[in-house]
Amino acid sequence: MFSYPQNLAISLTEEQGMLLDVARGFVRDQAPIEAVRAELETETGYDAGIWQRMVDMGWTGISLPDEVGGAGMGVGSAVPVFEALGGGLLGTPLLSTTIAGQLIWRAAGEQAADWLGRLCEGQIGTVAFLDHADWGVPNTGVALDAAGSLSGGKHFVADAGVADIFVVVANENGSPVLALVERSALTPEAVSANVLIDLTKRAANVDFTGVTPAYVVRGEAVTSALRDTLLLAALLTAAETTGAAGRCLSSIIEYLKTRKQFGKLIGSYQALKHPTVDIYVGMENARSFVYHGATIVGDETLSADAEVACRMAKVAADEVMVYAGDRAVQFHGGFGFTWECDSTLFIRRAQWAQQMFGDAIHHRKRLAALLLDNHNSG
Amino acid sequence: MADNKAALKTFREEVAAWMAENVPADPGFLLPLTFLEVGTEQQLDFLREWQHKLWSAGYLGMHWPTEYGGQGADPAYQYVVDKELSRHNAPIIFNTIGLNWVGPLLLDMGTDEEKAKYVKKILSAEEIWCQGFSEPDHGSDLGAVQTRAVREGDEYVVNGSKIWTTLGNYADHMILLARTNPEAERKYDGLSFFLSPMKVAGIEAHPIRKVTGEYGFNQTFFTDARIPASCLMGEEGGGWRVAMKTLEYERGVTAGQASGHWGVTIQIDDMMNDLRGLQHDGEALLSDPIVRDDLVGFMMEAKALSLSARRMAVPALNTDYPMGLALSVKYRGTEYERRMKQYTASKQGARSALYVGDADAVRGGFWQRAYFSNFGATIGGGTTQVQANIIAEHVLGLPK
Repeated sequence: MFSYPQNLAISLTEEQGMLLDVARGFVRDQAPIEAVRAELETETGYDAGIWQRMVDMGWTGISLPDEVGGAGMGVGSAVPVFEALGGGLLGTPLLSTTIAGQLIWRAAGEQAADWLGRLCEGQIGTVAFLDHADWGVPNTGVALDAAGSLSGGKHFVADAGVADIFVVVANENGSPVLALVERSALTPEAVSANVLIDLTKRAANVDFTGVTPAYVVRGEAVTSALRDTLLLAALLTAAETTGAAGRCLSSIIEYLKTRKQFGKLIGSYQALKHPTVDIYVGMENARSFVYHGATIVGDETLSADAEVACRMAKVAADEVMVYAGDRAVQFHGGFGFTWECDSTLFIRRAQWAQQMFGDAIHHRKRLAALLLDNHNSG
Repeated sequence: MADNKAALKTFREEVAAWMAENVPADPGFLLPLTFLEVGTEQQLDFLREWQHKLWSAGYLGMHWPTEYGGQGADPAYQYVVDKELSRHNAPIIFNTIGLNWVGPLLLDMGTDEEKAKYVKKILSAEEIWCQGFSEPDHGSDLGAVQTRAVREGDEYVVNGSKIWTTLGNYADHMILLARTNPEAERKYDGLSFFLSPMKVAGIEAHPIRKVTGEYGFNQTFFTDARIPASCLMGEEGGGWRVAMKTLEYERGVTAGQASGHWGVTIQIDDMMNDLRGLQHDGEALLSDPIVRDDLVGFMMEAKALSLSARRMAVPALNTDYPMGLALSVKYRGTEYERRMKQYTASKQGARSALYVGDADAVRGGFWQRAYFSNFGATIGGGTTQVQANIIAEHVLGLPK
């Protein structure tokens, strides 16, 4: 008999609840949408003062253990923070830095304590994952040669313009390794910025040819660390996207409650009302998956349940955000089509987020294998 | 907490043992999938006896007060029983309008006299209840109810018609929403709520056949029907508030229902088990990439529903739209089930066209019947479209 594996754990620790409140308050008070807009076309995309305050609150160390200078709260505790940041469409390199920290910690543990300590203290980290555009196959085209030198370039490296530490996913004699590269090892010409669809985010192509990494992580753990980090990155991105979907929903509601046409508030028309309800329901679904993920992921190698949770979270968040962003522009009418309308930011965030760490089709294909193929017997 | 957990585990074992002994075998005739489709005397007698047996064992309305036939237990105990009923594929507990809407309503808002008179007999299946809310011209728009009740001495004289009266032809009592004052300034203030007898002169229930081919519904006609004035629940003109409270129980927004086992539980596992053996385009249906993706979608929906139900118990994750998850349970759940059943009914190749009664039908036409039957859930208790309006207006704050 088929039996659908149902891990339905969902909870929030007191600490996580406080993080959610604090992060939402921070976004509301210190990074309102006007502040986010002011950074859209700057080089880094964020305000250095805001970033420093995030570092001061310890957010770069939430997911890392005490031994390396972190808060030891577990990676699930970053979820409320990312949901809140998404709710303000606040960019900053926190996502890149958190993901870099997870990858280094999972692959090297305390051996890389110095590097992890630097991230906890606020240095910016990023993982150079892709050397082509496909999240679904290994990206180890960059080689580390016998002399300890890298060759090749990476694409779409998040926050490469400001990163202090690059974690380069490379291959050494056919095995995946992590090459940790200092910013100082790169020439300015090696980094060329991408033009991203989401103006609150930044990425660049980086040529690592001829660069000697400061530290190399080798061994079996690299493969599983890469797998788990991509799943966690999908979960954290889903948290951020869910926050953005919630904010997008509020902006739609606000407009539907104030805009009149044909003598009526447009929110009274069911053609607008019912899709808005579906955005709401989709956002709540995504939120349930995201916090389910937050509840069951830990420092250990991710379980099959955790993998299912991360992938479902990403799918649910992507699907609702793409729908919400799209409808936000449409429902705001002519104004929605303008740069001034925040729907512009939401639809761009949606299109950015949906591909990060694998799009919905990528995750759904893997969910099919996880959910349908392991129960063929009996 | 730990004690409670251990106690519940012991209880679960006890219940499972009882079920293994007492769940009736297949009676050899078609049983209804839900309480909305009890259409023959044979089904009625069978289900009445089964409900009485469950109640006599102490497993129905466990969280209701002992003086009214309950066990005064924590609701978690009834939840365990419901789970076990589902797991043992037990016949449904059919007196649903009494068990899940009227009973909790009376315990919540009824007088001691009303509680004493009605509640225990709901549990024991001695008395069956039906609901007289919808009318032929007023389904979802309940505020517009036209059935008239006019006070004459110690009686009200009722005229009009109600429709979709589930169990109406078997019921002993009806919760009746009728207009006592057509002149009221607000149409809602002209409505009153009655605990009306059904077996009196002037009340007739005519069965209506459904899309599934089965019965269960009725149109109920009131022709100068005289009911005692003591049947009025609450104040005259105060019926709308009582009716709205009833709907909260009906839609599962407020807890207190005596049994969740009002329909045959149909889950993802059932869908998977029945689709697994099927062939499509010369290969296993389950190897088709499009089908696989569809199934992932259904599994995600099922999981989202379960996770959201649990998230309701985490206050810190319900601050933005405090009633949102509860008010969207029906909207989400019933539509998901309708689509899941339609999907399963339509992936059986040429056998998709077979219906209950054909020996070659997949699982006896179960999915085809279940799909049609599910409209009872997406229409009854306020249609999906009305639910969307409720969510839009009461959760999101959008204008009417």
